[in-house]
Amino acid sequence: MADSFESLSKAYGLLYIIRSCEQYIADGRENGLVHGPVHLGIGQEAVAVGVSASLRNSDFVFGNHRSHGHLLALDPDPFRLFSEVLARSSGFSRGSGGSMHLTSPQTGFHGSVPIVAATIPLAVGAALRNKLVNSSDIAVAYFGDGATEEGIFHESLNLASTLSLPVLFVLENNFYSSHLHISQRQPDLPMTRYADAHGIKYRSVNGNDYMNVKDVSSRLISHMRSSPHPVLLECQTYRWLGHVDWRSDVDVGVTRSKYELAQWKSRDCISHLKSFIQTCWPESMSSLVSLENQIKSDVNDAWHRALSSPTPDISTLLAHTYYSN
Amino acid sequence: MQDSTYSDAIRLAFDYLLSNHPDVFVIGQGLWSPWYVGNTMTNLEILYGTDRLIDTPVSEAAVTAAAIGASIAGMRPIVVHPRMDFMLYAFDPIINQAAKWSQIFSSQSKAPLTIRAIINRRGEQGAQHSQSLYHMFASVPGLRVVFPTTPQDAFDFLISSVLSDDPVIYVDDRSLYEEASYLNTIPTVHNLVSLGPKLTTSGLDLTVVTIGRGRVVTREALLKCPEISADTIDLRVLSPCNYEIIYESVQKTGRLVVVDEAWGFSGIASEVVSSVACHSPQIHLKSPPVKYHLPHSAAPTSSTLEDAYYLNSSQLASIMKSLFSL
Repeated sequence: MADSFESLSKAYGLLYIIRSCEQYIADGRENGLVHGPVHLGIGQEAVAVGVSASLRNSDFVFGNHRSHGHLLALDPDPFRLFSEVLARSSGFSRGSGGSMHLTSPQTGFHGSVPIVAATIPLAVGAALRNKLVNSSDIAVAYFGDGATEEGIFHESLNLASTLSLPVLFVLENNFYSSHLHISQRQPDLPMTRYADAHGIKYRSVNGNDYMNVKDVSSRLISHMRSSPHPVLLECQTYRWLGHVDWRSDVDVGVTRSKYELAQWKSRDCISHLKSFIQTCWPESMSSLVSLENQIKSDVNDAWHRALSSPTPDISTLLAHTYYSN
Repeated sequence: MQDSTYSDAIRLAFDYLLSNHPDVFVIGQGLWSPWYVGNTMTNLEILYGTDRLIDTPVSEAAVTAAAIGASIAGMRPIVVHPRMDFMLYAFDPIINQAAKWSQIFSSQSKAPLTIRAIINRRGEQGAQHSQSLYHMFASVPGLRVVFPTTPQDAFDFLISSVLSDDPVIYVDDRSLYEEASYLNTIPTVHNLVSLGPKLTTSGLDLTVVTIGRGRVVTREALLKCPEISADTIDLRVLSPCNYEIIYESVQKTGRLVVVDEAWGFSGIASEVVSSVACHSPQIHLKSPPVKYHLPHSAAPTSSTLEDAYYLNSSQLASIMKSLFSL
């Protein structure tokens, strides 16, 4: 079915919000306003927005260290994201998590943590819950190519396959772990081989193409809801910034060069979707521009509100060590 | 009235939980096999189905983490580790994920799972099949660690752990499985927040704090020294634990022995002794406190060496007598 202008401009707005928020966070980190480390996904936004187009609040989505976009795609609230990154009590995790521990259970985002691959089996467990209660909800785990080198990733695929669990493994392949190119870490073979090895269905898509991600994941998710089974979705993409914080990290690894970065920037997911919308609905460009302006203004406002929001009260220091007190 | 054994009590607790709580399921290796878990789970998979008693691939880390994920999603899973030694594969899920989950999200989410960690020692099983590693988990904030030693506690604690909203490590010890006593099968659901040590015998001259099988060794040792009048306290809760009852007892007796069939360095016995020392400067001990625990060495294999390695009641009786120059 062809996409409507409304659905595409909504997706465009989400991409734009995520990009804008992360740019504020990068700047805030550079000028010292953000105190903790931030792992930014600028360039990778289409993956989360594409997958989330087919998700609902009752699904169980888990992220990783680079999850601002995963969360905003489900709960586009810049103020709560900024607040959390600044460790303020108005944040998504009420100031306890910071950039690396985000949650929004009401919208289906059940947590991101920075231990590589750690949430993959958590999603498998949430999918097990879905199967046990005969629900058509699914679970989603977002992880990077580095996570495929952790043992628990392989255990998780085997477990999900053996028990036929409705979990979508979203492999965001941006070709780098923190600093090493994938060619320095793995043999030159398709990443989908891991799904093959465990009898799991897989697809590989252009992670910089919102419509490609959305169309393929939508079909996969719809099948998973009617007949529970795991799927691996590889989304090839690229992060414009380094592993952590605001720098580009060109030539920090062995192969990340200015040329490579420029090549990937020319495949920007936002420009790509914008020019598609422009081609199909040339008359709508003014509304797209006013959408951008509205977002810019909202994000700027959210940033300043977050900066003036209070830090958690001292009395909460030990309040959440245990859930029952 | 017929007594129940510790292992029967565990099975009855599973039975109670599975029949009364649809959000409970059990997952781990060996659940369909009697030689993994003794008779503590016999036929449960026939009664409740293999969907709710899931015998798994050989993947301790992913299975434990999947149970955590299911608990985050609203279930109350029990993970079974037939030997605590293999649980080390699951250190990340237990320590980084379950123990942290409510704190990092300010209690907007929780991970209410129970991890049944079984100690299975002796029988020439050697260094990697015999460990009592609960002190490692007890040192981590966010986890609750309990270790019942009687059939009633084995029954009530399993149910209380599963109904708790925190991640709980429920330690049980196969050397206790034949312990028998009257069992009330209407459970007492304890709030683990306030659950603590229990006075098991009352005396005047000596406080013996026992952990796990230490209670059995102590009971036998005291039979060998009837002249000693001892308070014995079964610790039952390894973390977090309120030691008030221990402080009161030591205040009264002036002597303290802690019996723990685990390593001593940085362990639970050290925690008890140091807490007593720090808590009550006004307590004047009549003799130095004693920690009776395993040597600082891995479990041996030869049964001759095992006899020398593990705690025994004769040795403990001598230690206790020496405190009174008997």
